[in-house]
Amino acid sequence: MTNEEKLYNSGVLTEKRPGAILPPRELWEKKKNGLVIIECPQEIPCNPCYSSCPTGAILPFEKIIHTPKIDYSKCIGCALCVASCPGLACFVVDLTYGSEEEALMKLPYELLPVPEKGEEVDCLSRIGEIVAKGKVVEVTEPRKDRTKVVHVVVPRELVDDIRAIRVVK
Amino acid sequence: MRETELLVIGGGPAGLSAALEAASNGCEVVVVDSDLALGGQLIKQTHKFFGSESERAGTRGFEIADILLNELEEMKGRVSVFTNTTAESYYRDTGIVGCMTNEDDYWCIKPRKIVNATGASEKILPFHNNDLPGVYGAGAIQTLMNVYGVVPGKRVLMVGAGNIGLVVSYQLLQAGVDVAAIVEFMPNISGYWVHAAKVRRLGVPVLLKHTIIEALGENKVEGAWIQAVDENNQLTGEPQKIECDTICMAVGLAPTVDLLWQAGCEMLYVPELCGYVAKRDTQMRTSHPDIWAAGDAHGIEEASAAMVEGRIAGLGVAHALDHIDRMKFGEKLGIYWKRLDNLRAGSTGEKIRCGVGKCTCKCWEVD
Ligand SMILES: Cc1cc2nc3c(=O)[nH]c(=O)nc-3n(C[C@H](O)[C@H](O)[C@H](O)COP(=O)(O)OP(=O)(O)OC[C@H]3O[C@@H](n4cnc5c(N)ncnc54)[C@H](O)[C@@H]3O)c2cc1C
Repeated sequence: MTNEEKLYNSGVLTEKRPGAILPPRELWEKKKNGLVIIECPQEIPCNPCYSSCPTGAILPFEKIIHTPKIDYSKCIGCALCVASCPGLACFVVDLTYGSEEEALMKLPYELLPVPEKGEEVDCLSRIGEIVAKGKVVEVTEPRKDRTKVVHVVVPRELVDDIRAIRVVK
Repeated sequence: MRETELLVIGGGPAGLSAALEAASNGCEVVVVDSDLALGGQLIKQTHKFFGSESERAGTRGFEIADILLNELEEMKGRVSVFTNTTAESYYRDTGIVGCMTNEDDYWCIKPRKIVNATGASEKILPFHNNDLPGVYGAGAIQTLMNVYGVVPGKRVLMVGAGNIGLVVSYQLLQAGVDVAAIVEFMPNISGYWVHAAKVRRLGVPVLLKHTIIEALGENKVEGAWIQAVDENNQLTGEPQKIECDTICMAVGLAPTVDLLWQAGCEMLYVPELCGYVAKRDTQMRTSHPDIWAAGDAHGIEEASAAMVEGRIAGLGVAHALDHIDRMKFGEKLGIYWKRLDNLRAGSTGEKIRCGVGKCTCKCWEVD
């Protein structure tokens, strides 16, 4: 087994695969509010991303075990799926936000303490390494069920690395 | 002596669903559960559940329990509930079930039909010092944390990367407890990949092809030795010391089937369903014409499937007691099986499909 396979087998995405891809770059660059990235590469019986999507961007599941498919032209970056996914596998990335070097990420968050608006937080990679500092600009709770969605400004070149935040206090 | 049409043993998602289905079709039902509150495993699950919308996916486990209990409340006239009550014995000659409430009040009940929805029990792992205080099963940790609000320690070594090990690791992190590492004997996690990704990105190492060999400490856990295993599952390399004050075993469950053995149901060992289970027909009836089973007691699976199996068993009982006609029974049975088949589709459901195939017959020669 290669190291990449070992990493993947332990829950770390090492390359894009069905159910875990990036949005098409051209559309992504100009889509205000951002587009969703879903990292759900395994066939499991689960569909709340689809049923929570208000615009039909996440396509109907022919079989519930299929991995999610996305019509990016319909995605409005609302992050309802971010708040609904039991696997915390949905993230929204808005490349139109802020300066050339910045981007906005909307990440699921279910820990304490809850960060506050304006707070600086550690940005964590898929293996929990601190890869950057990010600034929280908004914290929402779309489904009022204690899963927060944290809007955090991050370095643009790291949007495919950052997958979580940690409050530093 | 108390009598009832249906006795449901165990008030987890399977038992509650069986009670709801039977009662909504007009059966008189008694539910007994050993625990202080109904809900089974659900009341300890603070994470959002997988599955489809119709099985309440996206809702936290304990909230699913609340939904089921509210529905049960509406059936109050037909359903009686006894918590803190264990069904301990089945008398084959009379069909009477002996129950113990509060560890001192023994009483008997004569039901016409029984649904055994007793869930599962945890397996444990043999290693040096595994009887030290600080070594827990995952269920105990969940009960401490999520039912009583008590953390088990400061830093935990998790043994097992199935869904339970992964989910409990995440719950520990949520409670502010460090997870030193998750060790897993197999070359890949056996739980859902997304559950693993969730704890990986919070910095928890998952050590594949590793196992625990010893718990350290005099009177309580003060660390652990772990070691790698090779292709032949033999220990290899240097042991590694893990700093921790708690060791959590999440190494699998086995169906709780004691009463089914007592009742003389035909039993089969089915590895895919994690132990001995009763042979059943498509309405969940065992070889004993008055006894059905559902949920983890019929094979370790998920709450989503347990709820549908419970529905099917409750429907079967309602039909056997002539509360619904054959047409309606067949129609509803078809709908429930479609849901079950859906949940078991794909590669993750392969094991379950194979296991269920081994112990399901089309229909017993009863009636
Ligand atoms: C950490 C963890 C995470 C999980 N995550 C998910 C998930 O995301 N999605 C999902 O679908 N499933 C999940 N599950 C699985 C799910 O909880 C179980 O499959 C489900 O609870 C099984 O339901 P059940 O009714 O068969 O058994 P249980 O929920 O175990 O209920 C059995 C009940 O029977 C009672 N009982 C046992 N013996 C007796 C007796 N002799 N007399 C009286 N009462 C008795 C017990 O007290 C218990 O209340 C998870 C499980 C765990 C442990």
